[in-house]
Amino acid sequence: MSNSVLFDAPGPKAKRLSRILSIGFGALVIGGLGYLIYLLAREREIFNGTTEPGLFDSSRWDIFEDPELWGFIGQGVINTLTAAGISAVLAIILGVIMALLRTSNKIWVQIPTTAILEFVRGMPVLLMMLFILLSFSTGALWAVVIALTLYNGAIIGEALRAGLAALPKGQNEAGLSLGMTRMQSMFLVQFPQAFRQMLPVIVAQLVVLLKDTSLGFIVGYPELLRSTMNNLSSFFGSRYTFSFFMVTLAIYLTMNISLSIFARYVAKKTSSVKN
Amino acid sequence: MEVLFENFDRYLVGFWMTLQLLLVSGFFALIIGTLIAMLRISPLGSMRVFATAYTELARNTPLTLVLFFCAFLLPYLGTDYSYPVLAIIGLSFYTSPFVAEALRSGINGVALGQAEAARSLGMRFSQTLIEIVLPQAFRMVIPPLINVFIALTKNTSVAGAFFVVELFTIGKELANANGDAVILVLSGIAIFYLAITIPLGFIAARLEKKWVVVK
Repeated sequence: MSNSVLFDAPGPKAKRLSRILSIGFGALVIGGLGYLIYLLAREREIFNGTTEPGLFDSSRWDIFEDPELWGFIGQGVINTLTAAGISAVLAIILGVIMALLRTSNKIWVQIPTTAILEFVRGMPVLLMMLFILLSFSTGALWAVVIALTLYNGAIIGEALRAGLAALPKGQNEAGLSLGMTRMQSMFLVQFPQAFRQMLPVIVAQLVVLLKDTSLGFIVGYPELLRSTMNNLSSFFGSRYTFSFFMVTLAIYLTMNISLSIFARYVAKKTSSVKN
Repeated sequence: MEVLFENFDRYLVGFWMTLQLLLVSGFFALIIGTLIAMLRISPLGSMRVFATAYTELARNTPLTLVLFFCAFLLPYLGTDYSYPVLAIIGLSFYTSPFVAEALRSGINGVALGQAEAARSLGMRFSQTLIEIVLPQAFRMVIPPLINVFIALTKNTSVAGAFFVVELFTIGKELANANGDAVILVLSGIAIFYLAITIPLGFIAARLEKKWVVVK
């Protein structure tokens, strides 16, 4: 809802007032951020009177000049992307299967699928990872991949099912009347449309999946977070923990925001097809 | 089955902490999220920019990283809170943008004609908002909000990896102590989570059906 509907269009006086208030709030935020940076950057006194350099002091950042270090960080990024990539592909496949099973007209297929789906959706992904790791001893990578596949597959399956349900009935009927079997009509007529309709939801879910690979940190998979915050940070000592945190945050934000922007682009593209 | 009964009190300890994490961080996430949603629809440009930046930052940071910051860096920077409090800070921060988005999409979901009709009947801004827009937005907001809280319930498990003794920690501890009954022990943990998430999901689905707005 645009604000202009709720109240009269602002006159010159109100416009000036809102501009002043806007600048005031902006100044407040920038000032707050500046103060925060000042607090972080100033020298820190520790218990026995000695001082530590501030958090942006070059002595806390010098290790980042070493290309070998970036090699280790890069390996973490690659491990994160590997886990995310494998699970994304498998989750989409599983999602398609789930959607097919859920739309089946046989009750002995529908009920167990729904039960499994509710179970998977209600469980923490982390618990699933631990479960798979301990009871099937798959190794950390596959524990991460399988848990993410199950969880995101269930969500994508539901999205696809909603997409199928939203299609006009005539689509399926037209397929059947052309002499297609139910399966042919599903795969050649309905599914491509549902998939396209739901593509924004699916891509948005992949952002969630990429973020969730960081749970590998907890089950011992050497993804980005574990390589920087655990391995490298304990190697170089607590002086660099904050610096590693900032670098890791920056890498995650870059990866996730670019994927989010892609998701929005896809959403725009598919919605313009409809209208 | 014995493992479950013998350690039932441990399970309850974990479940109580999970519930506390859920309720307290849910409460704060609701407050922060409402504030952010208000900033996002505000007429002041700088407020909208701030709220958008906050949302993007919080939504694109993995929860594990947020909780890592709370558990390791906040104490390093000189705060002096217990681990459950630090986890609550992290969970509230992480959940708040999702609350804000749910609220915003609810308000945006109210058909434009509703507010136009109210305005053309001569209602003031406050009347339009309180009597026409918000009651309708409320219905549309509740189901997605419940879904946010379901996600929060599941996310509390991540706090278990950062020194908070809740269900996930108890599960790990019991699984290590009873190597022969891992599946049973962890299924017990799963049941406690499902006891929260499945009823909530059921309520959300019911309300969504009941409150569907015919346009």
